[in-house]
Amino acid sequence: MQKYSVFSLIKNAFSGHKEWEVAWKDPTPKSEYDVIIIGGGGHGLATAYYLAKEHNITKVAIIEKGWIGGGNVGRNTTIIRSNYMHDENGLFSEFGMDLWRNMSQDLNFNVMFSPRGIINLAHSDAQMNVYSRRGNSMRLNGIDAVLLNRDEVRKIIPMADFSENVRFPIFGGLMQPSAGTARHDAVAWGYARQADSMGVDIIQNCEVTGFDVSNGKILGIRTSKGNIKAKKIGLCVAGSTNVLAEKLNMTLPIETHLLQACVSEPIKPILDNVVTFGAGHFYCSQSDKGEMVMGGDLDGYNSYAQRGNLPTLQHVLTEGIAMFPFLSKLKMLRTWGGIMDMSMDGSPIIDKTHIEGLYLNCGWCYGGFKATPASGWTFAHTIAQNRPHELNSGYSLNRFSTGHLIDEKGLGTKTWIS
Amino acid sequence: MLYIKCPHCGLRPQTEFSYGGDATVKRPELNKEVSDQEWDNFVYLRKSPRGKHLELWQHISGCRQWIKVERDTLTHEIFTTLKANENL
Repeated sequence: MQKYSVFSLIKNAFSGHKEWEVAWKDPTPKSEYDVIIIGGGGHGLATAYYLAKEHNITKVAIIEKGWIGGGNVGRNTTIIRSNYMHDENGLFSEFGMDLWRNMSQDLNFNVMFSPRGIINLAHSDAQMNVYSRRGNSMRLNGIDAVLLNRDEVRKIIPMADFSENVRFPIFGGLMQPSAGTARHDAVAWGYARQADSMGVDIIQNCEVTGFDVSNGKILGIRTSKGNIKAKKIGLCVAGSTNVLAEKLNMTLPIETHLLQACVSEPIKPILDNVVTFGAGHFYCSQSDKGEMVMGGDLDGYNSYAQRGNLPTLQHVLTEGIAMFPFLSKLKMLRTWGGIMDMSMDGSPIIDKTHIEGLYLNCGWCYGGFKATPASGWTFAHTIAQNRPHELNSGYSLNRFSTGHLIDEKGLGTKTWIS
Repeated sequence: MLYIKCPHCGLRPQTEFSYGGDATVKRPELNKEVSDQEWDNFVYLRKSPRGKHLELWQHISGCRQWIKVERDTLTHEIFTTLKANENL
């Protein structure tokens, strides 16, 4: 594989940038693999990469119905954080933070990781108490957390609404300084390029139409490009999890819902951090191009539409304007939607299933992007070793029936209750 | 914007309604032994189909009645609406 560097850039400038190697090949599927990963999104690509890198399993295929980077890895708001209270989520996400910090070097691809800090705003004394508790829990798990008072928040984001007569006054906030953003497409492309160079076949435009299961063991998949055999198959298909589960006669604690995001027209730098509104569900950051990147609530009913509905967007942006009044002056540039695998407790599932050789990675709710490296790393371990790693042992499929839920915020499918 | 025909009030915009999830889920019968699996099915497990989905909505800013709506989760087409005690 050609290494990307300033020297290769100069060298290729002489040939008018026409001699660059393709970043990943377009192979035809072989008849058999050691492992098949269904879903060529961030998590699927990362899983294949770590299977090859950490476990030396390179006879791997990624089967993607669309194209690399066309799903949720290209539709998120690029936020990376580990500001969780519960041990399962905190330790898992903080492990991911280390992978994020080294990702550009590891993948030889600039993912533009920008640890600019995230601030969760608090709008009451009670909320400050809750944040103080969460911040302390984070610090016990080795995650950086700083509780800010009103004046400290004001120094960082003076353009927020600090006037006296507002419905939700800012009391303070909880900041994780090491959180940030990254270039989402680069994450997908970087993982794809490295996985490909280590022998992984990335097969795009290939739909999985069925599974071959016999005596409780997985034998292979049926696809639009023919049948492919494998003794181990990992499902990494986010919002399409239930569609494939139906083909396996499985019913999961997952519902598919639609989440929207949007960007404004580009403006001069105004916002250095990621900021979330504490009296509703709204988050905002500014991209390197200057666009305000914003997101919030689910549309609120089961949806596979991949595009959103206006009432929710209006509701979310109303919260945005309550937080940052200047947003009302901006024009909207783009809005889009992605379909989320909402789990019943708002936490993910990375586990084996009752079918031998079939592994499940789903339930990412609002937080799939930031989990990409940790999810891939632990899912690769789960597949290679046929047992969950310590980091994802809490993300079990049977935790719903045994009562070991991880109710971080309880923000699962039932948004009408929360 | 979805437009939902409330069987009591007529065609109204989605913003008058609140969503209530899968309408095919049945609570285990009262005063009977309930297995963990039955409870699991009722509380957590959902088909969440791509296509026709029978679901509950409440006309919260109108007559406040719960209703059933058969809707396509991919195209958002609404096929039928029923009173809560009616079946397809």
